[in-house]
Amino acid sequence: MTNISKSKYKDYKADRLKYPEMENGKPIIDLESHKFTKIWQGPQHPGVTGNMSLEVIINGDEVVNSKTHVGYLHRGFEKLMERRKYIQCFPIVCRMCVPEPDTNEYCVSAAMEDLAGIVIPEKAEWLRTLNLEMSRLGSFLMWIGGQASSLGMGAIGQWTIGMRDFWLDLFEEMTGGRVYHMYMIPGGVRKDLPAGFKEKAKDLIIKTRNLLFDIEKSFFNNAIVKSRLIGLGIISPEMVDEYGIVGPNARASGREYDVRINNPYVKYAELNIKMITSTIGDAYARAELRYQEIHQSLDLISQILDKIPDNGEIQAKLPNVLHWKIPAGQTYVKAESTRGEHGFYMVSDGSEYPRRVFLRGASYTHAISVLEKLIVNVSISDIAALMVSLQTCPPEIER
Amino acid sequence: MEYLLNKIKKMIKFEASIKQRDDLYFITVKKEQLELILSYLRDNEGFTHLAFLQAVDYLEDNKFQLTYMLYNYDIKVNLGIKVYIDREKAEMVSIHKFWAHSWQYQRELHEMYGINFPGSPRVEESFVLEGWEEIPPMRRDFNTLEYSIKTYYQRPGRSTNDPAKYMKEKMYKKYAESPKIRRDND
Repeated sequence: MTNISKSKYKDYKADRLKYPEMENGKPIIDLESHKFTKIWQGPQHPGVTGNMSLEVIINGDEVVNSKTHVGYLHRGFEKLMERRKYIQCFPIVCRMCVPEPDTNEYCVSAAMEDLAGIVIPEKAEWLRTLNLEMSRLGSFLMWIGGQASSLGMGAIGQWTIGMRDFWLDLFEEMTGGRVYHMYMIPGGVRKDLPAGFKEKAKDLIIKTRNLLFDIEKSFFNNAIVKSRLIGLGIISPEMVDEYGIVGPNARASGREYDVRINNPYVKYAELNIKMITSTIGDAYARAELRYQEIHQSLDLISQILDKIPDNGEIQAKLPNVLHWKIPAGQTYVKAESTRGEHGFYMVSDGSEYPRRVFLRGASYTHAISVLEKLIVNVSISDIAALMVSLQTCPPEIER
Repeated sequence: MEYLLNKIKKMIKFEASIKQRDDLYFITVKKEQLELILSYLRDNEGFTHLAFLQAVDYLEDNKFQLTYMLYNYDIKVNLGIKVYIDREKAEMVSIHKFWAHSWQYQRELHEMYGINFPGSPRVEESFVLEGWEEIPPMRRDFNTLEYSIKTYYQRPGRSTNDPAKYMKEKMYKKYAESPKIRRDND
């Protein structure tokens, strides 16, 4: 096996004085000159995270310019909700994100409760915390499989998707649904925990930790992974404010911003939780940070299971939801999804229908502005790894 | 936060302020004051994070409401700045110089609400709707049903029933005839 560090190509850099020719800091891209090629990556490319496509212009195998195109997934949820009663909104919001639907459910329910002035029972808050943290874990397990697969390590993807399925089994016991749970409704949650749930969850936490130990050995200590991810897609601390970067992408660049800690919601204020940050800001730092957050998530789930009360109400009293009028007002409720700040802006005009519901997803900036900035000079084979390391999710962009 | 609001109030005369929660405030400013207040809040008061920029359509008042949601990492407070603009000649100053991702929101608002942002990069580019010729679809006077009837056709062999009538006639026929069940008109 050749030693990568001694390879003569290691320090090779394309001669930017020749190609592409620059003018006012921007490359002159003339496709007729035969120096550039335009290719489309997506919407059916296996390396693209979901239904979006990149219009990439390459010079050799390095990206010169890229544009993100969305519109393959537009379902008009925000427009739909303007014509639906408040309670009819709640089964469609979870469809906005497949790996992590519960954050949407929580934000919409909490926004309605905030506008209507409803306080939910304590046990319902604990159950919401458990549900949110489990969905974060499921999404992270899906992400780590994607990150490994984008570098050609398909086996890790199969392990983690398999492990996520066991967590989906627990979701099924808890809520009745595997992918879309529709668990948190305005006023509380739909169901209590079934008998024997806590024991099963604790067993599964041990199994997941064992799997993570394997992943650490095979993924994070892998020479190929390190050589490809270190130095890829560096986000500088100045970029965080300029581009509105949130979540693990911002924390890996040193920004201490986690909604669970900065603006605690449900019961996160009563849990022992620490901010995880890094200062390097490249794709490997983001991967390591998310790996630590998986461990944090498991730790939080076991804390919640210990603290959850056995008895208590799980639903606050609501008026007849079919004729429910919420007082006029505006609110913005946010939560920490695996991708970062995830919020709903809801405007009520005092009628039975919401005036405006808007989803602020982290990928809206990560997949368009940030990706278009970071992708320049990246090798075409690393585009998939870069996209997964930003954890882009197209349903949040188009809604 | 109240101290800051008083400070801003001395600087410019804003119309209203609402405290929604401990970590969420809204203020309403005039269209011309927006650039001034955004640059002041970003550079001097630490509201460096632009969470989103969105519009709300008030058809009955003939107005659009734009909301600029800012966040301060130090005092951990969200501040929403509301601006009302005219609906007929919808035009707003672009803030792409303050935040590098704000052009995305402006492009979306241009497409979905028909609000112009002169000078904003790539604002004319289509975001989701390519080749759209109707009025902007997120406006409240856009008739969704009329558009779908005009554009799409029903699959042959399908019919639509009135749910209440259908249930009475087909599904619960024997219950409807049963004398044991008390109905409203008895």
